[in-house]
Amino acid sequence: MAAGHEVVGAGRSAAPTATALDAQAIVRWLGGAAGVLVLAALWEAAPRVGLINRNFFPPLSVVLQQLATLVTTAEFWGFVASTARTWALGLVIATVAGIVAGLFIGLVPEARTYTHSTIEFLRPIPSVALIPGVILLFGSRYQSGVVLITYAAFWQVLLQMLYGLNDIDSVARDTSRSFRFSRLGFIRHVAWPTLLPFLFTGVRLAAAMALVLAVTAEMVIGSQGIGRGIVVAQASNATPEAYAYVLVAGLMGVAINMAARVLERHLLKWHPSVRNAGGP
Amino acid sequence: MIAAFLRKLAVELALPLILLTLLYLLSASSTNFYFPPLSAVLEKFNALWLGKRFFSDVIPSFQRLMAGYLLACLLGVVLGILIGSHAALRRAVEPVLEFFRAIPPVAMIPLLIMSMGFGDAMKITIIVAGAIWPILLNTVEGVKGVDSVLDETCRTYQIKGMARLWHFILPAASPHIVVGMRLGLSIGIVLMVISEMFAALDGLGSAIIYFQRSYEIPQMWSGVLMLGLFGFALSMAFRLFERLVLGWYYGMRNLERRD
Amino acid sequence: MDDLAPVVSVDHLNKVYESKERRVEAIGDLSFDVRHGDFTCIVGPSGAGKTTLLKCLSGLLAPTRGSIRVNGHEVTSPPEEMAIVFQEYGRSLFPWKTVRENVELPLRERGIAKDKRRAMVDAALDAVALSDAGNSYPWQLSGGMQQRVAIARAVAYQPKVMVLDEPFAAVDAQTRADLEDLMLRLWSELDLTVIFVTHDIDEAVYLGQRVLVLSSSPTRILDDVRVDIPGPRTQAQTRIEPEFAALRTRVYRGIQAAKASKAPQG
Repeated sequence: MAAGHEVVGAGRSAAPTATALDAQAIVRWLGGAAGVLVLAALWEAAPRVGLINRNFFPPLSVVLQQLATLVTTAEFWGFVASTARTWALGLVIATVAGIVAGLFIGLVPEARTYTHSTIEFLRPIPSVALIPGVILLFGSRYQSGVVLITYAAFWQVLLQMLYGLNDIDSVARDTSRSFRFSRLGFIRHVAWPTLLPFLFTGVRLAAAMALVLAVTAEMVIGSQGIGRGIVVAQASNATPEAYAYVLVAGLMGVAINMAARVLERHLLKWHPSVRNAGGP
Repeated sequence: MIAAFLRKLAVELALPLILLTLLYLLSASSTNFYFPPLSAVLEKFNALWLGKRFFSDVIPSFQRLMAGYLLACLLGVVLGILIGSHAALRRAVEPVLEFFRAIPPVAMIPLLIMSMGFGDAMKITIIVAGAIWPILLNTVEGVKGVDSVLDETCRTYQIKGMARLWHFILPAASPHIVVGMRLGLSIGIVLMVISEMFAALDGLGSAIIYFQRSYEIPQMWSGVLMLGLFGFALSMAFRLFERLVLGWYYGMRNLERRD
Repeated sequence: MDDLAPVVSVDHLNKVYESKERRVEAIGDLSFDVRHGDFTCIVGPSGAGKTTLLKCLSGLLAPTRGSIRVNGHEVTSPPEEMAIVFQEYGRSLFPWKTVRENVELPLRERGIAKDKRRAMVDAALDAVALSDAGNSYPWQLSGGMQQRVAIARAVAYQPKVMVLDEPFAAVDAQTRADLEDLMLRLWSELDLTVIFVTHDIDEAVYLGQRVLVLSSSPTRILDDVRVDIPGPRTQAQTRIEPEFAALRTRVYRGIQAAKASKAPQG
């Protein structure tokens, strides 16, 4: 089953036809900004007014202040870099492995039927099941996180590749026969363009998941990174600092998502046949 | 007929059996403390998880998961319908949701422990906090994209209010919602385990980490195996649910695909 | 009931679409009445605002000026006494409901008791010759059958007015002929009042007692043709009657004139 919050229809490029500012876009932007402002106001007011316990939930301004201080420290950037490295490594390995496995399963005849049950069994195994094993192998070094991310992200990419391959089947039936493609021509004109949106959806979803897992690994296993920052701050009762790190994690996630969307829109803009990616 | 069925079964089981046998044989002579022979793990599995521990650990984990997951489904769908039905609300709320959804729920665990303690309430809260996002966002997506002709049909035939919700909006959005629920389930399981690893007296997660800390390695791996089966069983159960709710959808798609 | 009072009364209907770039007057000035038991066809060139008229009639769109009255009440939202059969039959039937459930749904909402509902649904499916398809899903049926389900649903609803929006446009010619005859049969058997929008001139003259020819936008009524063809309407006979040809030509000329006088669009 496809993953991600934009499933039936994921990969369909809803690129705006006019990039110039127009009334509709401004309204939409304002609406979004209003929402963020309301949230910020609530976060600021609720603890101060006493709706929420100040000790557990410091006001936004306090957290932002803490963040401003953090940003000047080398340790903070060390954490960010560590998390980013773990994230990137895991994602890249998972993507390559996913593409290779996907191509293998798609191109080798009968491979799909034979691997189907194994995939269906391994898929639902939560990545956290690997945590004990990974601790034993790597301790709290960053490789632990990389293994966790690679495992989970691999399935995302592979699954999307398999959906894409399914789609190729139906497209191939229709087009190849009428055009009589050579093997290479088939790959260039049919297989690759059909696979691309699916692959991109897989990578996008994997990227989001990879960040979550990187932070998780750091928190649970204790490797260097933002997750560790949260745990250490909370342990020493520096609550605003802990929240500051959580904020950073959230912002990184948002940034990754936005970057992925922009990239997707750009890469698939010229794409002649953008199909619905994903789907059961 | 039976021959065809047996043949299909053989194909399905071929690779898994080969892999399992390989694993069994390769690990049989293992003297590595951290990676004991598969036989040892299976023995511990039998002793621990098919017996008392199933009730003292697996069941509580399952109960926590279900409490959090079902709550997440309810909240996610209700809020999703509300947000998806009102364009203005959706515009205002979307960036906020994008931000919240990007926060790793795990990050909230230490903070929740501070305010809620180590009990079940904390674990259920974290499960809800993580599992709700794909459900909510997918519901919004599903509600947003309902067919305009069907909407006009409802209007002209006086199908309004709760009836419209029940007969039109919910079923129309259900393919999206179900996918969101599937993702939410995966996230819920992960959070269940992690929250138990952090702070629990019982549960799968806490058992695994306990074994790991006391260096009872075969027991630890047996716990991991149990966790894998747990996830697998839930996945199968979900499949059944999906087939029930989306039978019409798959039928329709199959027909379309054939064209 | 006063048989002479019109069931539908369109009074100086005017509809203007305003967007930031342009202002389109889809409907200029439309006035006509439909009396109980009439079969009124509406034809016009494409862009003649047929869809707009339909949406205003059915209360899905509010007029800019003028009014529409159904059964004496002004239309501000979809009127209860009206049933619509849409052109896109595939999209107007609920794919998660069986044929029977689809036809039944509006009746359920009316609060009609279960047994009576069952009887009404049976009768409607019978009338469109789909008694066997009750437990199938719409997407399992052919296009023509799906449209018949939509018609059955409208019929079961027992509306005062049935409005059809180019219902047979997306169906093959042979099926269309069958569906046209089905409509005629239902109209006479059930004493329906029908407003039938189409772009097919032959169909309009074949089915209707009266054909309203619309101009291009801003739409007005170009011609109001009384269809007086002797004898019962049959595919084989009616279409070769000289009156049919004459009326058809008259309508055709009207539409050509409408197209020619079409104001250049900005």
